[in-house]
Amino acid sequence: MKFIDEYRQGEIARRLTRQIARLTDRRLKVMEVCGGHTHTIFKYGIEDLLPHNIEMIHGPGCPVCVIPLGRVDDSISIALQPGVIFTTFGDMMRVPGSKMSLLNAKAAGADVRMIYSPLDALKIAKKNPGQQVVFLALGFETTTPSTALTILQAVKDGIENFSVFCNHIMIVPALKAILDSPDLRLDGFLGPGHVSTVIGTRPYEFVSKEYNKPLVVSGFEPLDVLQAVYLVVKQIVEGRAEVENQYGRVVERDGNRRSLEAIREVFEPRDYFEWRGLGSIAHSGLKLRSKYAGFDAELKYRAPGLRIADPKACQCGEILKGVKKPWECKVFGTACTPETPIGSCMVSSEGACAAYYNFGRLSKVAGRPAAQSSS
Amino acid sequence: MCLAIPGKIVEFTDEENQIAQVEVGGVRRHINIGMLDRDALRIGDYVLIHVGFAMSKVDEKEAEATLRLLQDLGSYEAEVAQDEIH
Repeated sequence: MKFIDEYRQGEIARRLTRQIARLTDRRLKVMEVCGGHTHTIFKYGIEDLLPHNIEMIHGPGCPVCVIPLGRVDDSISIALQPGVIFTTFGDMMRVPGSKMSLLNAKAAGADVRMIYSPLDALKIAKKNPGQQVVFLALGFETTTPSTALTILQAVKDGIENFSVFCNHIMIVPALKAILDSPDLRLDGFLGPGHVSTVIGTRPYEFVSKEYNKPLVVSGFEPLDVLQAVYLVVKQIVEGRAEVENQYGRVVERDGNRRSLEAIREVFEPRDYFEWRGLGSIAHSGLKLRSKYAGFDAELKYRAPGLRIADPKACQCGEILKGVKKPWECKVFGTACTPETPIGSCMVSSEGACAAYYNFGRLSKVAGRPAAQSSS
Repeated sequence: MCLAIPGKIVEFTDEENQIAQVEVGGVRRHINIGMLDRDALRIGDYVLIHVGFAMSKVDEKEAEATLRLLQDLGSYEAEVAQDEIH
């Protein structure tokens, strides 16, 4: 496929990794913020290709992984109300709440439907005027404009039996929280490519200016990721800290004006939003503006709205911050597997635990084969 | 979650509702193009698709420039040049 196959050439990848190895033998920690990058890194074995001194730290950019337990419970409580058709992306179905998942709720008789696009939820609402259709909206700025445009479409079409349970979050406050965290020392970042098609590269400039760390916005094919790692390491070696854009084919410095306008029209920041692992972060989540209150499921339905602590055995929080590796969690791969997940990091294919588990990184030894040269 | 894939515009199906038919790996889908500047779109253009919406037009020149850079970075000559420096 055009714009995909070109960025998957093994020979260039091998040469690129040799170039990275030649840049430095300093130990460096580079965080890929986005779960999509985590997936690419494991799917293509990039960890094994990179020299040993470069450690990839997996960031919190997986919206399914960072959604707090209380919000999962709220979703389930809405889904269980009579007359409700509850719609969501496939990733959310297996995420465990404190008592059950949406999949369990479906088995218990709730009308929970997996959809591909928020526009599908709107279609379901049109077809079922006697029922209430709720869409569980979640995701970073990549996904937020699609929810905004769907709500605007509902206004245009005069659909009143449609509402949104909004869990949209923003990447920049999370990045700030990580940079301010005392637990972690990072040398640079791979910036999220698809979020950046919407917000552009300008919002990351504080990372280089205020925190003196390089950030390279990266595409999602293996050569994209390797080139972005090369650019981050090169900046560190040359003593630079800049925002660079490796994904110029779809990302512009100022982002997508129409998408940003749609977000601003429909949503406004919440004072606080809770993230699994990172805690409560100011102005990091979005809610519907009062103008669109009729589409706000949070106002339409009474959900418990409780803060619920993660199960004690689950270490998703530490893993999301990049402080622990999945194999350091006691339940990883034993009690917690993709079939019977305890924590959300094991559910989404972008979660670090699911990536480690599915691609056979079950222990430290398996994680980094000793045979690889570090020169 | 933030997964998005490139597809080729084959038809502008419904101008009023900003819907185009886009081909992704041999499969055709109706995609909302409301996030993009309609005047800048032509049949045959590639767009990046996420949850039923085209979120960005693929800039072919930028794509070529990245590929050239990748090929240069990974080339034998670049490796030799680096060896000479070290």
